Order: sequence, then C-alpha cells, then structure tokens
Amino acid sequence: MATAVMNMTTAALDWVSIAFDAPLARAVVFGVHIDGHLVVEVLLIAVILFQLTRKSYKPPKKPLTDKEIDDLCEEWIPEPLHPPITEEMKAEPPTLESAAGPHTVIDGKEVVNFASANYLGLIGDDKIIDSCVASLEKYGVGSCGPRGFYGTIDVHLDCERRIAEFMGTPDSILYSYGISTIFSVIPAFCKKGDIIVADEGVHWGVQNGLYLSRSTVVYFKHNDMASLESTLEKLTHGNKQAEKIRRYIVVEALYQNSGQITPLNEIVRLKEKYRFRVILEESHSFGVLGNTGRGLAEHYGVPIEKIDIITASMGNALATDGGFCTGSARVVDHQRLSSSGYVFSASLPPYLASAAIAAVDHLEDNPSFLTTLRSNISLLREGLSNLPGLTIASDPLSPIVFLKLKKPTGSSKNDLELLNKITERALKEDSVFIVSTKRSVLDKCRLPVGIRVFVSAGHTASDIKKVSDSLQRVAALVLAEHI
Amino acid sequence: MSPLLLLLLLPPLPPIPPLAVPREIRRMVRLTYPTALITLLGYGIFFAFGLLRDLFRKLLDWSKSDDPKGYAPICPAFEDFYTRRIYHRIQDCFGRPIASAPDAWIDVVERYSNDNNKTLHRTTNTTRCLNLGSYNYLGFAAGDEYCTPRVIESLKSYAPTTCSSRADAGTTKLHTELEELIARFVGKPAAITFGMGYVTNSSIIPALVGEGGLIISDSFNHNSIVNGARASGATVMVFQHNSPSQLEELLRKQIVKGQPDTGEPWKKIMVIVEGIYSMEGEFSKLPEIVVICKKYKAYIYLDEAHSIGAVGKSGRGVCELLGVDPADVDIMMGTFTKSFGSCGGYIAASEDIIQYLKYACPAHLYATSMSPPAVQQVISAITVVLGEDGSNRGAKKLAQIRESSNFFRSELQKTGFVVLGDNDSPVMSIMLYNLAKLPAFSRECLRQNVAVVIVAYPATPVLLARARICISASHTREDLIRGLKVISEVGGLVGAKCLPAEPEKIKLD
Repeated sequence: MATAVMNMTTAALDWVSIAFDAPLARAVVFGVHIDGHLVVEVLLIAVILFQLTRKSYKPPKKPLTDKEIDDLCEEWIPEPLHPPITEEMKAEPPTLESAAGPHTVIDGKEVVNFASANYLGLIGDDKIIDSCVASLEKYGVGSCGPRGFYGTIDVHLDCERRIAEFMGTPDSILYSYGISTIFSVIPAFCKKGDIIVADEGVHWGVQNGLYLSRSTVVYFKHNDMASLESTLEKLTHGNKQAEKIRRYIVVEALYQNSGQITPLNEIVRLKEKYRFRVILEESHSFGVLGNTGRGLAEHYGVPIEKIDIITASMGNALATDGGFCTGSARVVDHQRLSSSGYVFSASLPPYLASAAIAAVDHLEDNPSFLTTLRSNISLLREGLSNLPGLTIASDPLSPIVFLKLKKPTGSSKNDLELLNKITERALKEDSVFIVSTKRSVLDKCRLPVGIRVFVSAGHTASDIKKVSDSLQRVAALVLAEHI
Repeated sequence: MSPLLLLLLLPPLPPIPPLAVPREIRRMVRLTYPTALITLLGYGIFFAFGLLRDLFRKLLDWSKSDDPKGYAPICPAFEDFYTRRIYHRIQDCFGRPIASAPDAWIDVVERYSNDNNKTLHRTTNTTRCLNLGSYNYLGFAAGDEYCTPRVIESLKSYAPTTCSSRADAGTTKLHTELEELIARFVGKPAAITFGMGYVTNSSIIPALVGEGGLIISDSFNHNSIVNGARASGATVMVFQHNSPSQLEELLRKQIVKGQPDTGEPWKKIMVIVEGIYSMEGEFSKLPEIVVICKKYKAYIYLDEAHSIGAVGKSGRGVCELLGVDPADVDIMMGTFTKSFGSCGGYIAASEDIIQYLKYACPAHLYATSMSPPAVQQVISAITVVLGEDGSNRGAKKLAQIRESSNFFRSELQKTGFVVLGDNDSPVMSIMLYNLAKLPAFSRECLRQNVAVVIVAYPATPVLLARARICISASHTREDLIRGLKVISEVGGLVGAKCLPAEPEKIKLD
C-alpha cells in the first residue's frame, strides 16, 4: 500500500519534471539555457508584479463603539477662543468727556480734535440739536421694530424723500447703521456666478459684502485705471458667457484707507465700454465733494443716472448715524425685500433721521461750509508739506489728510508702533488729538498704514497751525533715527 | 401644437421653496394633512395666476425692456417672482408707517394705491390703533419720566453722534459707563457695545471662529447669526431646533470625524443658540445644551436679543429664568432695541475675550460708535429696571409684562386658536397657515383699530404662516381685553380657530 502511494507520487513528480523540462530542454535564448524552473520563476515574478499593481484591500471599517467615541471626545482639546493677550491688545483709546466737535475735552484738558470725521462741523449745531430734541419728545429714542413691522416712522419716509431730492435720484432707502449699508447692498444684487471687479483698497465693510455675495471677485491695483482696464479686458475678452451674468465694478469715491479719490469719469468710460455696472461707496465724499456737496458725480460733472448704485454712511459729513442707498426706482425697490440689513434689523432711531433731514437742509442752504472746508484742507496741506519723515499721500481735495512714513520699516506692525508714538505724544504734550490707521486682523487690505488727520469746516486757522506745529515737533523727535 | 408652443413662451420658472416640515415642528404647530394640502392649493393658485400674468406681460411688452442693451437684468425675472406676484398683493399689510412713538397706542398712517397695491401713497389721515406688533417689552418706547430728561441732556452735551469709530475718537464717558453697567446687569466680568444689533453678530462671530472651526447653530436662528457664521469662513452645520439630543449626536459625530477635507481635528467648536426664538415665542432648552457643551468642550454663544430685560425675576434674561449660571455661557450677546427702547447691541464675556475683541473686531475699529443719547437711554433704562433710580417702577414693569403675557396667551388658547409660545414669554404666535387668511386677518383687525403683525415665507416656513403678538408692559388690562375681543372676532371670521374652545393644555414637545 505504502509503496503503491510512493510509486504514484514518484511517477507524478517524474511526469511533472518531464513536462517542465521537455519542451524547453533544447531552447537556448540569448545564450542562456532555458530550464523548466526558469518558467516557474518567471511566472512567479509576473504574479508578484500583477499583485503590486492592484489596489490594496481595506478590510471594512467597524463602526466605533460608544466607549471609543467617548475616549476620542475626551482626548480632543479645542483652541482657546482668543489668542494670548499681548501689550498691543491692551491699548485703550482716549475717553472723551464732551461732544466730539473741533474742540473736545479729554482727561479734563481741552484738546483740538482732528480725529472725528466731522467734515462740515455740524456736531453741536443748534438747529440740528433742536430738531433732535423735538423728535425725541415726540417719538422717543428707539423705533422698536424692523421697517416691515411698524418700525417705519413718517420721519424715515421724509428722510428718504429728502435725500433722493438732494441727490437727484427717483428714490432712496435708509439703513440703520453706516457700515451695514454696503455689506447688505452688495449681496442683494450680486449672487453666486456674478463677476465683481473691486479696488484692492476698499474698507472692511465692502470686503465683507463681497465675501457674503459669493460672486467671483477680482481685485485691481489701488486706484490704477490701467490695471482696471486690463482686468476688465481679461474678463470679457472672448467670454460669451459674460453677457448673460451681472457684472459690477465696486469702488469707493474717497478711500478711507488712503485718502485717494477715484477718477469717476474714467470709471464711467470703462463701464460703458465693457458693459459693467458701478456700485459707488460715497461715505466720505457725500457732503464734501462737488460744488454743492452732492458727491463725486457732481464733482466730475457725470450725470447721476450713469451710476447704478450709490451707497453712503451718514455718520461723517451729515453728523448723524445710519446710511442710505440710492439709484433707480427698481434698485431701491428690490432692496426693500431682499436686503438683509434692512429687512431683519430694527430701523434707524427717528431722532437720527430728523437730524439727517436738518443736516441736508442746512447744507443746501449754506454751501459756504464747503468753501471753508476746502480752504482748511489746503491750509493744512501747506503746513504739513515739509514734515520730517512723513509725507502726504492723499488727494489734494480729500478731507482725510493721510500721512505715511517716508521710509517704512518693512512691517505694518512696526510702522504702527512708530505712528502710535507720534499720536500719543501729540495728545499728551501738545493737546492735539490725531489718530493712526486701525487695521483689524480680519481686514484683507494691504495698503500702507499712516496717520489720518480729519479736517473739518469748524476748525479755525489757529487750530490748523497748532496741529502742523505739533506734528513738526513730534515727528522730528520720534522719527529721528528713521529719516 | 399651439398650446405646446405657448409653453415655450413661459418665463423661467421661479425656484420652488422647500415644503417639508420636520415631524416635531409639525406636532408643535398642530399642522394636519388637510390644512397642509389646502395651504399648498392656495399657493398653487397664486403661482399659476402669477405665471399667467408673467406670460401676458412677456407677450404684450416683448419690445420693452428695463435694462439697457448688453447688460444682464439687474433683478432677474425669477428672483423677484415672489415679490411681484405674491407679496405685492398683500403689501399694504407690511411696512405700515406710524406717526407717533411706538407705544401701546399708535397712529397708523392711512395709505392708498392707484395701481393694485404696486405702489402705496401716504395720506395725512391717521388711525389710532392698539399696538400689538412693536418690540416694546418694558414700555420704554415713548417718553419716560426718568429717561427722557437725561437723554435730552446727553444730546446737548455730546451731540447726536461722535462721527468716529470707538477706536478713534468715538469712546465717551457714557460708552464706558454703559459697558460696565451692562456687564454688571448680565453677570459677566466685562462687555463691549456696538451701534447695531445686526452688525454685532455679523462681525463678532468671524473674529472668534475662523477657518478650521465648526459652528453649530440652531435651525431657527436669526439671519444676522447666519450671516456672521457664513462670513467667518468656518464650517457651518445646523442642528434641529431646540433638540439637545440631536445636538449631542452631531457633536460626537463631528469630533470623531474632524474637518471635512483633511480629517484633522477641529480647531474649535461653537454652538450658537438664542434665548427666545421670536417667531415661535419659545425659550431654548438652555440648561441641557450648556451641560452638553461643557461635556464636549464646545463654546456657547447665547443671543438674547428678545429675552434680555424682558424675562427673569429681575429682568436679567433667560439665564436667570432657567437657572443657568452666566459663568457657564462663554459669550452672551443681546440688543438694546427691544426691552430698553434704544438701539444697538452688546457682547458680555470674560475680560480677556473682550480685550481681544476690542483689538480685532472690525465693527469696533471701523464703524461709527453708538449715538450718545441712545447710550444714555440704555443706562437710564437699566437703572430703572434695577431699581437704582429709587423707585420700584422696574419691578412693577417686569411683573406687569409677565402677568399680561400669561393672561393674553391663556385667553387666546381658551378661545380655540393654535398659539405658540412658552409660559412667561412676551412673544406669541397665532397660527394661520393659509396665505389667504393673513391679509384678511390683518386688514380686518386694522379696520377695528388693532395693529397686528403677520409673517409669511420667507421669514417662516412656507406652510406655517402666522400672526405674531408682542405684549408690552405699557398695555393695560383693558387694552388687552379689547385686543382679545377683536382678535377673537376676526379669527372666527377668517376661520383660524382650529381647536375647540377651552381645550386641554397644549403640550409643546
């Protein structure tokens, strides 16, 4: 029995070896004698290579047990809500003890105030205060509701009509806060798929609006019309789809980050050539530019119908709070249901709306404010023309006189430290209140930082001389190594 | 052949809004299938008529166009379909102007229209109506004997505005006083204030949570929170309204899963809830949510826009009412518009967080500071509520609003309406469901000199239109009884009494 099995096994093995050796026993390839075992080795290598090219097999994941999930949750440690507090973060702004007019009181001392955007000097104006008092007595302070739910008070409607009359547009819409105007207007008209071309120096409110709109945003170099033209050309050249989507150019009339003024006639020419719509942010130019203060369009002599959407904050020249947006009737009507800052928020307090009406009336009756403002600006620019270490970087007509370092240190943080030293010493030693640029960590703007001097029509020649002398002295002291 | 060709001329169809209502919400609002079907039928009829009118407009006006050649329309036809064909029909029920302070009784300005409600024009006539719509919980809207003289004085000393941001020249003594006072009132170490409640949410949330973080917000949260969460760049997820168990499940799953693209662990997780949900009038289940968040180390952000000053024994909001320690809630946010009759918002948190926010928050650095008279109004209002003005008017107002809201709500329920709103909440909603009932209810109430607020899509889900009532401490018992009488009569006419009169107590979960 055992021998039979043995015989069978040997016979099988013999057969296998004959089968392996026989056919190739006489084959000689490249001078190598092919044996049967070579065939087996080649086959093995082929199988190994084949397996290496296959995807690795993952065993199915078993769902985690509750205990495992608990352990993972125990292990996870979140970051703290705020980063460690540095000395820089602890700086507190000075506290005012009286109205923020051309002269104000800080720490019991009277100082000259060049830090409020009070361009027409209307803070403390008697007519405006009287209209506010009448409004307060009639309507109380707050409006206690959004515009759709009994928060519309007749002064709001009067204010909207007055502003539309003043600007020469069919209608306007009021917002309850300056900065929320632009970041509610942009998402109401721009949705995913639209194209927006914006200046890289726009302020945070505009940046937030652009982000919330989810449209494609392309930035062009700050106030550079050649860069704008090339961007527009690139976006529309050969792009058949461009006709069917909405396209916007978003610019500020007077940039608060640099004091530059946008050349509106160029923008309108480009807009008509490439068929874009313009959204113009006039927070710092409304009530300042133009012969009668009607803004950038009047300044350049552009008919107001050519600008599709104009927004502005009333917290600057008009010395009240809130904002407005104006344009064609369709534009304004659309916002009444689809602008989130209008629909979902309480309306502007009525006394601020009556202050706005009084301010616009005042401005229309007394255009002399504008001439005073302009002469103050040129007087100040003369006085600051030769500062050690600082140079004027803003437009000659801008009421924000922007001073930047002649030799920047290379990092915004260090620049700001130097500038803050200048402003602190000016306040402490010369009782002159000026401020430097404030930049939030969330702000995407990368323009150079500087000192901002806000000129008002309420300043006198002696105030202006005081600030020029102070800056001359303090800048020389602080920037001695940096000139 | 021709009917099919006609279809080609149809303008592009407007987007159909979501119709599904989760089961728990359906139970809460007592939505039955017959009601849902009839409401849908109503919407369908409006839709069909709207499309037909759009078709005629296209045929008749095909040569005219609002927009210049070469430009895409600034408002595409389907985007404002709802506005043009449905909202304009009932436009006179919204945005009614008033000519007096938003107190318990208001002068509603009469309007007329010559073109079927498309444009409305004011007249000089006014009707004196009972105001059941304004957010005037403690009655500070009209002049107050303690607040108004001080507000006028501050207006004369500080002017209506500072024309400057808080970080520049906008911080006055009043602002610092207000921040200390509100921190003390709410029970937190420090606070920061802003000129508008909407901007508070939109600019604080991005400063606290950025990319790589997770925001879990309640599905019924306000638009300002949604916008702030979107602007932050973090991943946003929604948990079912007021459901702590679903929140826990979501937290466990997300902590284990990590960030969606990389699988890395989340940098931080923030849960955002509100104190009172103003469309439903119900409180959030704050104690359970706080326990869950502490267990999983998530941060809590509580938005007390409607509850600060209005609920709680001394008016300190939903934490006091539900017995939650303010130290357990990381960030407490609120607004001054509703209970204090002013404008603006605040955030109260630990000193370090507030210090960081003063450094990083864009609204603090760029936006005009809160108007000084409005600041003084809040300071005086809180002084009255705390009783520090030497009288007990504050405690009386709080007791009054609690009694009035409970009385009003129980009477409405007895009459047979489906009423949403928890006990002690000054906001309540009467369910009307059907779009056609809304303007009928609103116009008939106005004819009988009661001003109510109606809400429909998109502020509420499509099938759940309602009328919302806000009670104020300045409503007297007679005012409330008058209001109840009118609402009961009009509700009967309109067919809104879905439940039998004098039912058993409605369970809300």
